[in-house]
Amino acid sequence: MTEISSIGEPSVASPSERSEWKRALRSLTKSRAAVVAVFVLSVVIVVAIGATWITPHNPNEQVLERRLLPPAWVEGGTRSHLLGTDHLGRDILSRMIYGSRISLAVGFSAVLISGLLGIAAGLIAGYYGRGYEATIMRLVDIQLAFPFILLALAIIGVLGPGLRNVILVLGVAGWMVYARVVRGQVLSVREREFVEAARAIGASDFRIIRRHVLPNTLAPVIIVATFAVATCIITEASLTFFGLGVEATIPTWGSMLSDGRAYMATAWWLTTFPGVAMMLTVLALNVIGDWLREFIDPRLRNL
Amino acid sequence: MFRYIIDRALQSTVVILGVLLLVFFIVNLTGDPVRIMLPPEASQEDVERLRVQMGLDRPLPEQFVRFMVGAVQGDFGESLRYRGQPALKQVIQRFPATLTLAAVTLAWSLPAALLLGTIAAVRHNSITDNLAMVLALLGQSLPSFWLGLILILVFAEQWNILPSSGYGGPWHVLLPALTLGAFFMARNTRLVRSGMREVLEQDYIRTARAKGLAERIVVVRHAIKNMAIPVVTMVGLDIGQLLGGAVVTETVFAWPGIGRLAIDSILHRDFPVLEADVFFIALAFVGINLVVDVLYTWLDPRVRVR
Repeated sequence: MTEISSIGEPSVASPSERSEWKRALRSLTKSRAAVVAVFVLSVVIVVAIGATWITPHNPNEQVLERRLLPPAWVEGGTRSHLLGTDHLGRDILSRMIYGSRISLAVGFSAVLISGLLGIAAGLIAGYYGRGYEATIMRLVDIQLAFPFILLALAIIGVLGPGLRNVILVLGVAGWMVYARVVRGQVLSVREREFVEAARAIGASDFRIIRRHVLPNTLAPVIIVATFAVATCIITEASLTFFGLGVEATIPTWGSMLSDGRAYMATAWWLTTFPGVAMMLTVLALNVIGDWLREFIDPRLRNL
Repeated sequence: MFRYIIDRALQSTVVILGVLLLVFFIVNLTGDPVRIMLPPEASQEDVERLRVQMGLDRPLPEQFVRFMVGAVQGDFGESLRYRGQPALKQVIQRFPATLTLAAVTLAWSLPAALLLGTIAAVRHNSITDNLAMVLALLGQSLPSFWLGLILILVFAEQWNILPSSGYGGPWHVLLPALTLGAFFMARNTRLVRSGMREVLEQDYIRTARAKGLAERIVVVRHAIKNMAIPVVTMVGLDIGQLLGGAVVTETVFAWPGIGRLAIDSILHRDFPVLEADVFFIALAFVGINLVVDVLYTWLDPRVRVR
């Protein structure tokens, strides 16, 4: 039965997915910046996953007689603390490695939440139209009237800080962009022949949306999501920096920056390294997003 | 045209009412706002007193109506931190600081972006173009609080030529404006560049070139004019976001604007002020968008027909 229906309904996903991957790879290797960005992001991901095995020290271990040691290559530094130690004698490198976990976990989970919410809202608004569309799009307008970080702050202020709340709040605060993009895509796909054909042979709304509409909306969603991961990483760090983010007991790039703030003039390494790590990660995501946009559809440059 | 403006104004009103609904919803998210407004060690009597004082002992629908009726008149209750002060007054007092910062930020970042973006587009794929794009990417990827810290370290601590934080003389605004503008300059440079490249591919540009005009005149007289509409959109978006208070930048530099007020009122559990602040920011954003849309109909006659 499934065999027949898949022949009966013209498939909209690209007919030869393998050649699509090849095309992607070829375009990727052409852009040097994108290659470097993919490499940087892969390193961060591997480091985050393998944190337990590769950290030289326990990130929370305080050795007070080793406070504020400079990086190894600076006079007074030691080999065992490559990037130095902080004001409590904790190893900067180890904390940074663990911090990458939080940044990536928050970035990707928050985007997953807002992506799912936004895609669902966009599909409903675009496919069913009328009252659904009007209501959902007004909701989008309302939430877009708040700056992202302000909305996140306000909800965190009420719910209280913590890793789980930060992920939830960033997820809920960011769905509108996806809803907008998906709705736009659905509107252009909805009236196409293959949707009509599917309807003619009696496919249900759910099936049409899942098999024919959804796949055609995903390209711009992936682009938006890539940039959104970067935004979420920065926002989490900002919230944590103000003491309204992840718990103080968990090492994160944001909390390292906030801890190191008082020592900026005397111990630059406390704030420099986590800052650079965050910047490189965000930069990599932005470059990959740019490349994806250029690769998938240059006309989407206003996303 | 008037019809269009009235339609847009009505839509904006609906959005504003929705914003109020959302603000009310957020504060009641946990069920008992009094519990989060008071420190955990507050006595039961204090809790009860505040609950009655704020009308929170009433049923939720009644509270909502009272909140909306008050909010529409600009009454969000009294600040819990500065007793006797209306919450909205706190916000309005802080607004000039945000306005100053926004103006200075826009004053340097917009011309810089227009110049850089145009040059990058005209000299597509040149070294200048690549440099501009690298700068733009960096500006968009630098977390603003980190950039702020670095600027403080360099200009205030090492060289000691600019004040590190606070509000006062004209020098105080420079570092926050630089920090805040980095992002806007970066984003706008990219927008101007891609818009300009699109314009430069149009037929009338080819015609202008074909009749022998110097490239400089083609760009200045023909291309830039057609950038007006995208630039208005862009600036509208910028102003909306800037008036929303740069929460992060204002806090890092202890700049007494409405963005920092949001963080302060969260940290001090001053929820009436938080509500007023969030509402004010959303109002500014919606208002600016409305103005931009009206400007559109004036700049682009095609919109009027639709």
